[in-house]
Amino acid sequence: MSTTSVDLHSHGHEAEHVHDPHHQHHFTTMEQQFDTSKIGMWLFLVTEVLLFGGLFVGFGMMQARYPVEFVEAHTHLVRWQGALNTVVLLISSFTMVLAVQAAKKGDKSKQVLFLALTIVCACVFLVVKYFEYSHKFEEGWLPGHFYSYKGDSLPACQAPSPAEARATTPTGPPTPCTNGYATFFSFYFMMTGLHGFHILAGIAVLAWILARANRGEFNGTYYTPVELVGLYWHLVDLIWIYLFPLYYLIQ
Amino acid sequence: MSMHTESVSTHAAHEEHEHGGVAVYSKTLIALLILTAITVFAAGFDFGQGNVVIALVIATIKASLVALFFMHLKWDKPVNAIIAMAGFLFLGIFLMFCLLDFDSRNNFLPQNMKPTMVPLAPGTAPAGGVIRVNPSAEGEGGEKK
Repeated sequence: MSTTSVDLHSHGHEAEHVHDPHHQHHFTTMEQQFDTSKIGMWLFLVTEVLLFGGLFVGFGMMQARYPVEFVEAHTHLVRWQGALNTVVLLISSFTMVLAVQAAKKGDKSKQVLFLALTIVCACVFLVVKYFEYSHKFEEGWLPGHFYSYKGDSLPACQAPSPAEARATTPTGPPTPCTNGYATFFSFYFMMTGLHGFHILAGIAVLAWILARANRGEFNGTYYTPVELVGLYWHLVDLIWIYLFPLYYLIQ
Repeated sequence: MSMHTESVSTHAAHEEHEHGGVAVYSKTLIALLILTAITVFAAGFDFGQGNVVIALVIATIKASLVALFFMHLKWDKPVNAIIAMAGFLFLGIFLMFCLLDFDSRNNFLPQNMKPTMVPLAPGTAPAGGVIRVNPSAEGEGGEKK
């Protein structure tokens, strides 16, 4: 076993330039090069999980802090729009995995077709998101102090001016008021917005490998970019799988 | 020697070729769509605290399907699955310590707040923005409730 790998190593340099221009000299085989890239991609995906994970934990904390306001704010989200986007992203993951398979087989026309379909799904997702966001903007369901919706069942806290704050003394029970609604929409826009930027970045890299696939660059021995973009795209789908029920379904 | 290298890479390509396939991916997609329908349907009923649990269990099943079949973890070298699981392990640790922390505070969760606490004017409040109006309540319960 070890003899074989030594053989491959010492003679690999002659074979590499003949067989695949993508083979870099510090890797013994194309397979080793592929696996190494993939481990790097998985490490990046873990950082993505932790990035969104922090926001999910924060969302959970604030949901526990403002249970009444969060449940009420949830009802402002349109369930069918979220469900439609879920289906669109699941289908795009399916077309992506077919594109990877086509790349593995070196099938150029199928690669181009499935990558294009994936980009179309990503665009549909963003169009639905655009309609969702415009509706939120119109109603004043905005993050933090931009929140201006007046129809909530609990009154919003008014921030006192510095002069008022100095004059106020802590006597008597305070008027119950809340910023829970604005907090909900801060998390909503932060998380779906960050996810939306990931979709945009996904469209950019998908377009890049679509162009490369169109030049016939990928085949059974070299399709690393397609595989890695595929992993990224599935992770974006995976994050939405958690965003959808937590925002649109728990009401 | 170059022939030997060739045979190794062909073998690898062949091995990869056996995994997955349109049939497997189609079944995965159908399962994901059915699970989406189930979670939307289940959201129509009120299970109280169970709502979040049901939604998260179904989401985790869907995420596992995506990771196993679309992301090839089922057939991949174990190191990638270990890296992925390590990410979720640390996310779990993070969540657990946050839960312990905010449940131990008397000014964060509504059910842990004392009725005798009022907000102070901003700028004069201690950390957390509340003070105890009734100092005699201090002796009763320590940190919480």
